[in-house]
Amino acid sequence: MVQAPYKNEQLLADFQTLQENSVAWISEIRSTAMDTFGEIGLPTARKGNEKWKYTNVAPIARIEYKLSKPAAVSLDQIKATAPWDDSWLNLVFVNGVLRSDLVRSDVDGVSVFSIAEEANLDEPCSTIIDYLGSVTDVSDEGFAALNTSFLSDGIAIEIAPGVQSELPLNIIFFDDGTTNSISHPRVLIVARPNSAISVIESYVGGGSKCTLTNSISEIIVGERASVSHYRLLAETDETYDIGYGRVKLGSKAKFKSRSFFRSAKIGRYDLNVLIDGEGATCDLKGLYFTSGSQHMDNFINIDHAKPNGTSYLFYKGILDGRSRAVFGGTVLVRKFAQKTDSIQYDKNLLLSPHAEVDSKPALFIYADDVKCAHGATAGNIDADTIFYMRSRGMDLETASKLLIYGFAGEIIDAVEIDGLKDFLEDMFLTALPSHKFEF
Amino acid sequence: MVNKKNLLEVKNLHTSIEDTEILKGIDLTVGLGEVHAIMGPNGSGKSTLANIIAGRPGYSVTSGDIYYCGESIISTQPEIRARKGIFLAFQYPVELPGVRTWQFLKSALDSIRKEQGYEEMGIREFDKLLEEKRKLVEMDQDLVKRSVNEGFSGGEKKRNEILQLALLDPKLAMLDETDSGLDIDALRIVAEGVNNFKGPEKSVLLVTHYQRILDYITPDYVHVLLDGRIVKSGDSGLALELEQKGYEWIRESITSGAKT
Amino acid sequence: MLKGERECMAEQKVISRQTGVEEQQYRWGFEFDIESDVAPKGLSEEIVRFISAKKNEPEWMLQWRLKAFKLWQDQGDDSAPTWAKVHFDEIDFQDIIYYAAPKSKEGAAKSLDEVDPELIEAFNKLGIPLEEQKKLSGVAVDAVLDSVSVATTYQDTLKEAGVIFCPISEAVQKYPELVEKYLGSVVPYSDNFYATLNSAVFSDGSFCYVPPGVRCPIELMTYFRINEVDSGQFERTLIIADEGSYVSYLEGCTAPMRKTHQLHAAVVELVALKDAEIKYSTLQNWYPGDKDGNGGVYNFVTKRGAARGENSKISWTQVETGSAITWKYPSVILQGDNSVGEFYSVALVNNFQQADTGTKMIHIGKNTKSTIIAKGISAGKAENTYRGQVAILPTADNARNFTQCDSLLIGDECGAHTVPYIEVRNPSAQMGHEATTSKVNDDQLFYLQQRGIDLEEANYMIVNGFCRGIFKELPFEFAMEASQLLRVSLEGAVG
Repeated sequence: MVQAPYKNEQLLADFQTLQENSVAWISEIRSTAMDTFGEIGLPTARKGNEKWKYTNVAPIARIEYKLSKPAAVSLDQIKATAPWDDSWLNLVFVNGVLRSDLVRSDVDGVSVFSIAEEANLDEPCSTIIDYLGSVTDVSDEGFAALNTSFLSDGIAIEIAPGVQSELPLNIIFFDDGTTNSISHPRVLIVARPNSAISVIESYVGGGSKCTLTNSISEIIVGERASVSHYRLLAETDETYDIGYGRVKLGSKAKFKSRSFFRSAKIGRYDLNVLIDGEGATCDLKGLYFTSGSQHMDNFINIDHAKPNGTSYLFYKGILDGRSRAVFGGTVLVRKFAQKTDSIQYDKNLLLSPHAEVDSKPALFIYADDVKCAHGATAGNIDADTIFYMRSRGMDLETASKLLIYGFAGEIIDAVEIDGLKDFLEDMFLTALPSHKFEF
Repeated sequence: MVNKKNLLEVKNLHTSIEDTEILKGIDLTVGLGEVHAIMGPNGSGKSTLANIIAGRPGYSVTSGDIYYCGESIISTQPEIRARKGIFLAFQYPVELPGVRTWQFLKSALDSIRKEQGYEEMGIREFDKLLEEKRKLVEMDQDLVKRSVNEGFSGGEKKRNEILQLALLDPKLAMLDETDSGLDIDALRIVAEGVNNFKGPEKSVLLVTHYQRILDYITPDYVHVLLDGRIVKSGDSGLALELEQKGYEWIRESITSGAKT
Repeated sequence: MLKGERECMAEQKVISRQTGVEEQQYRWGFEFDIESDVAPKGLSEEIVRFISAKKNEPEWMLQWRLKAFKLWQDQGDDSAPTWAKVHFDEIDFQDIIYYAAPKSKEGAAKSLDEVDPELIEAFNKLGIPLEEQKKLSGVAVDAVLDSVSVATTYQDTLKEAGVIFCPISEAVQKYPELVEKYLGSVVPYSDNFYATLNSAVFSDGSFCYVPPGVRCPIELMTYFRINEVDSGQFERTLIIADEGSYVSYLEGCTAPMRKTHQLHAAVVELVALKDAEIKYSTLQNWYPGDKDGNGGVYNFVTKRGAARGENSKISWTQVETGSAITWKYPSVILQGDNSVGEFYSVALVNNFQQADTGTKMIHIGKNTKSTIIAKGISAGKAENTYRGQVAILPTADNARNFTQCDSLLIGDECGAHTVPYIEVRNPSAQMGHEATTSKVNDDQLFYLQQRGIDLEEANYMIVNGFCRGIFKELPFEFAMEASQLLRVSLEGAVG
């Protein structure tokens, strides 16, 4: 696959500035990543580019980005766009920079480190030393290499062994929408053995100008630990958002993920879950609603590297307008991952004749004593269902509305944090069209 | 010394799965024409015993032996044991999608006949025989046309096992909890099937948890299996005693040193 | 490819029931000693002209070939597709013989008496009776040995019905308007690398035309065979079913055992006009290579059907057990309103075989329907990938697709993969895809063994049961042959 090198003088200048006066540990990480980025560039190639087959990032690559700068944004502005509860452990980033005035102090057993602060120390905290970058391979991921080249702020969190945190971590990345700006959010969560935590990651804001939010989120779930992860992408119709999720599960670890897409011009969620311990389970659900000319690409990969693992992947999409949704998922079951149990489902509802869904759920199986199944559907609500509802007195429009909400509701119901669930219900139910199915 | 008159002799059999020992020294002799019942609580190893005699892979025999008609069969492949006349009615008969029952039964019968020096049975003759046996177990005609056990209820699967018993006509019939989960009618059919089968040259090994089936099939001997060992043997009276007093009674009488 | 996959394919250990993989007994691997008319190795404009001249082709045919050759030359070897999940040594396209014909003939024999008796004996050995026996079962056979059709039987019956069934080289001469109209209309020479190659050097294949309203009275069959060492097989088949007609076509293939690889790059085009139906069945048993993965046929085929007319129907049914490497996606373009496309397949790979196969159903017209049922069986160290595309275009109102892919794994050293591409651009479509993976489980094998059936037979019965849904789509004699082929191909899969 031949890539054109990515040329951006401004970005290079920003990189140079960043590297000046920076301590060794972080400058090394950045330069190694920049070397890689220089070689591989952004994945704009159309031929032979299987991972980006249905998503063309040329429009993104065309822009000359400059690093975004901190901005003054009021808390009210943030609360209007992102889920919020005063009792949660809230962490707010504006244009990629942590707003320390909005940060709560540490909670018992949960250590929170600001990457920007650690970047000033000769030796950062052990969480960063031991785990940062440990589960992310940037050798063939241009955007990820770019993110790491500009590592400067973000959050590293470690939950101590045995600590079951009641409070959700609410991480908000708010962008104020400065034209052609780029930010590189970075999250690292390490749940030590037997610990438990819920994390919400929201990517919100953006204006009517092109901004690129290019994030990496690493989650390491130790033995018997449990992490519930919620991700929300709700920017505007003009933003680009590329997000990487890299998760590693130890033995008997539990990982739940619920991801929601509401708006971006081009959005991509590239989630890899590595089952690296016996008996680990992951339950991944997602809901994407695309409208207008939006394009959302969910690229979810599960790697069963050890036996007795369970994976459950269930994504649902509602497509309207001229939008396009892509679902690419791979479940890989390696040779010694016997007794793996894996189910993978992608269901889509198309509401407009100009919308397009491309679904490619792939299974690669090398072990024989496994139970693996997958399925995909795309289409409309069936006529029988509508008829049934009408026979109970509902008109076509009400019936349709109820069905569309019900379709989305299945994923929203899987949210276990009340405040977040309410927020999502409001957001989606007001957004979903009341569509009249013609039968 | 192995007595050729005995159909089955199990001598000091020890078996394990992975590293867990399941059978810890079983001695059992089944003579021609005898009906033996093996009873015991869950986890005692009674199913294992029947499966090992049939030759299920996955177990290791760590010591002891099994003799059938005077010959050791410990290293014999399961299909050879079957062709020599050992039959196991499974506790959970599997489904074989796409494999037609008719085809399956004929193949089985033909391979057993071949071992005995007979030719394959003609199609018409087989149809007649199958029809006869089907009626005997009161199985629905449709089920025979379907894939083996696919979509069969629990009771229908057990009936299918008895149909096969009648059709294949072995020498040693082992029934692994064939009575579990059955209603009265199905139980009657199973019992009839076994009673029709047994005779002076045939033997039956009934593995069961409950006494109920022994009301219909009278055992000559009853053995109680506990924690991988036969701890008590007796006649049909023992089964009744067990029914009244429960397995705990046996366990206590062992620990307190009482002997049969 | 995910990082983990490369690691998987390098590992070698065995942990379960199997004791080893035995060499398959490839029954059909013997050579004939027949003098052939062989072109020198390599591909050049001269060779293309040589082939065309050998067949006395009209100018327009030669020009078409040359256009394709020019495109192939301009593209270069680099443009060969690499995205399939198969690994093979690079093919040296200059190290292949592009034309080989048995010497004893110039033009197809009119009656069997004219055919070289050694040839007849060879075909008998393969079980292909060109003679009267076949007449009883009502099959017209067009046998192809290497590049040339040897004899075409039952011309009279077909002639009465008005059906044209002859070698394509003959059709080019006798029915040029038909050939010129339809050749390349479903698979243009620019379609893909191997189709381009085929368009330049195809030497023979079958041509069939069924006139309006005619139901072809007999099943048509072509038996391919690659004999000459280092020769590739580049047959071209074109079948046209005119309005309201029906034809059922069978394709069977074998090849001798060789140490080197042989290339088979064929193109099959089907055209079904209004209310017409074409049923195309394949039983493929090209030499798969020995137990160490040496030799074997590379089977890179482009097969496509255009369901052009309203209510037209095209069904592909295939049983693939051979070839070292298989890369083929019989497809249907559902252009006509209410048209139907079907794909039924069993792909078995053992030892070191690799298969990346599937289908493409492109829904364009209204109320179109497609059904895909694919069963993959992997054993030994083989890799089996189902790759299917279902595309529902914006114009395809009320399109319906149902896909079921099931994989069966025998042993733990093989791989079974499913890669579906589902592209929906019409909201009234209903599309469903399901895939399951399972293994021949120990309980099932033991159940059969306990009833006296030996392990290998038990394994065969279960796998045959797994394939039953597909086998019943085959014409009767093919179904028997398919079961038999399955049995032989599974030999040694369980220890």
